[in-house]
Amino acid sequence: MKFVDEFRDTEKAQTLTKAMHNIANRLATKQSKPLQIMEFCGGHTHTIFRYGIEQMLPDSIEMVHGPGCPVCVLPMGRVDDCVTLAELPNVIFTTFGDAMRVPGSKKSLLQAKADGADIRMTYSPMDALNLARNNPDKDVIFFGLGFETTMPSTALTVLQAEREGVTNFSLFCNHITTVPTIKAVLDSPDMKLDGFLAPGHVAMVIGERPFDFIAKDYHKPIVVTGFEPLDILHSLWMLLQQIEDGRSQVENQYSRIVDPNGNSPALQAISQVFEIREFFEWRGLGSIDHSGVRMKPAYAAFDAEKKFAVPNLKIADPKSCQCGEVVKGVIKPWDCKIFGTKCNPENPMGALMVSSEGACAAYFNNGYSEQKTA
Amino acid sequence: MNTPLNTTKFSGKKINLSHGAGGKAMQDLIDEIFVKGFGSPELLLLEDQARFNLSDLAKLGSRLAMTTDSYVVDPLFFPGGDIGKLAVTGTVNDLAVGGAIPLYLTCGMIIEEGFPIDDLQRIVASMRTTADEAGVRIVTGDTKVVPRGAADKLFINTAGVGVITEQTNILASRAQVGDVVIINGFVGDHGAAIVDARGELALEISVETDCQPLNHLIQAMLEVCPDIHCMRDATRGGLATILNEFAVQSGIAIELEHVQIPVREEVRGVCEVLGLDPLYLANEGKLVAVVPEEYLQALLEVMQRYPAGQGSCIIGKIADSPKGKVILNTGFGGKRIIDMLIGEQLPRIC
Repeated sequence: MKFVDEFRDTEKAQTLTKAMHNIANRLATKQSKPLQIMEFCGGHTHTIFRYGIEQMLPDSIEMVHGPGCPVCVLPMGRVDDCVTLAELPNVIFTTFGDAMRVPGSKKSLLQAKADGADIRMTYSPMDALNLARNNPDKDVIFFGLGFETTMPSTALTVLQAEREGVTNFSLFCNHITTVPTIKAVLDSPDMKLDGFLAPGHVAMVIGERPFDFIAKDYHKPIVVTGFEPLDILHSLWMLLQQIEDGRSQVENQYSRIVDPNGNSPALQAISQVFEIREFFEWRGLGSIDHSGVRMKPAYAAFDAEKKFAVPNLKIADPKSCQCGEVVKGVIKPWDCKIFGTKCNPENPMGALMVSSEGACAAYFNNGYSEQKTA
Repeated sequence: MNTPLNTTKFSGKKINLSHGAGGKAMQDLIDEIFVKGFGSPELLLLEDQARFNLSDLAKLGSRLAMTTDSYVVDPLFFPGGDIGKLAVTGTVNDLAVGGAIPLYLTCGMIIEEGFPIDDLQRIVASMRTTADEAGVRIVTGDTKVVPRGAADKLFINTAGVGVITEQTNILASRAQVGDVVIINGFVGDHGAAIVDARGELALEISVETDCQPLNHLIQAMLEVCPDIHCMRDATRGGLATILNEFAVQSGIAIELEHVQIPVREEVRGVCEVLGLDPLYLANEGKLVAVVPEEYLQALLEVMQRYPAGQGSCIIGKIADSPKGKVILNTGFGGKRIIDMLIGEQLPRIC
């Protein structure tokens, strides 16, 4: 398949893997512990597991699967808010598919649907707007979530609704921001990371510059990375070169998609509709300053938080969860006290077990549940 | 599928509650649509049950096989098939993958008030065509009409009876180290066709369902290799689910080669766009068999002679460990475990 198979070429993969092993061997003489490299984005985690990339890497490289899975990091209180909205009379609640299974304190959206709430899976916020057009007697709420990758399409949908005067469409905004979250990870006292793969699709929107501080202030190399398996290997090789050269720069491996300055119409739509929240609550990481956005007052008519009574309850993560330590690479998923026992994909307790992109679910599904007892 | 319909007194009319009330209206509907449509001699007797001579059955084998399945697909008509074709092939295939020669089917229909009788007639015609193709007869049936909203348009249940020969012993627990895994063609066509036919995603693809009876193909396979160890049709849950069943029940490992698993370009494309995995997409005409390696070439040769088996190929082999697991060599240099799905395959956010 064109534009797909080129990025999954086995021979090129072997060449890159060999080159990486060579660098890793040279570096191994100078380092006492494995290099820890974080892929921030859940999409990268998905590719790494789907293609078995970890097994292809030198032993001296350890991947740390970061907090960039927007479904995983949804706190229980927010899911409860979704359920409350979805169960309001006369409401059609629309959401991306993989948010359906995220557990709230009482139930998930999937369970709420079974209990009778009108909840529909959509692939795009424009589908939700379409539902609103076709159901003028219903209130259609779109559950907006995701990092800067999905923000522009949500923002543009709100602008479209405003232009058309669709009054029965609103957004429950749970969009989150990348940079403050990476900063929170870097500021953590137990942080041991040696480099980052930066999220390619976030960079497609915001550009390379917002990642500069990682190289300049924290002296960590970072490579903006695409989502095909060769992209991941290529970026890891670029990172290793930086580490060997003693450089810490922002490099762009995903130049076929990412403009260094980002996508200005997308950024404009975001800044027109959204403003930064003082803080946002994350499952597993707690509250992080400026890590979420809300709708600007000018768009209050489309803001589900203004239009409806949202309880906005804070529900603490289960005490036994160690997601925060896993996300920062302090412990491996199977080192968590409840991995694979009390916490498993059927009954996820922690953030990272929720979606297939979460590190714990990915390890569990790939048969690592035995590692705990081994 | 637009099979030309015979004009009846029901043409252009809709099902109403009297068609399920047991009186004259129901009798008319049964006579005109079902008895004529299915056209089997057992139905013409209009008794409450179909009757068979045991001695005729005993000539075909030593054991009876029986199965049932309900069909609730939405939409009722989709590229390459409809609920009627599905209701016959699904039950025929459930018998056939156990090595049974399918013979007789039942047909229970639950119809929502207001359902167009022309559509019903078209579905019955499709069932008849498919039954003829498979060489089975629909011999008894039941019709219920429920008020609007109490069912979604039309649900069909079929049960099937077949006969298994003495020497056939196909079980999910019989996979042995050294056996090979074969399939009869592309995976995921049915799942992709249904996603497309629902029309919610405005996809522009031309994939048709693979819905087809497999019994003739399977009988030919049994002639070449009477000792097929495991065989199932990979319907809901797809190839991945069936292989996990074999791995767990046989206590062995299955090693799959990603590059050998046949997936149509269009289906790959749909999966890439929607974040789905073709290994979990539904099929309605795909058998997965575990067979002794020495029979591999002979089996593939005979299978490829049948329309339902043209794309037959090997996709993996049975290994000793890790027991109960299905391992995929990704074709990129790594491996991953292919697990059972927990629930429905949900599209990823980004």
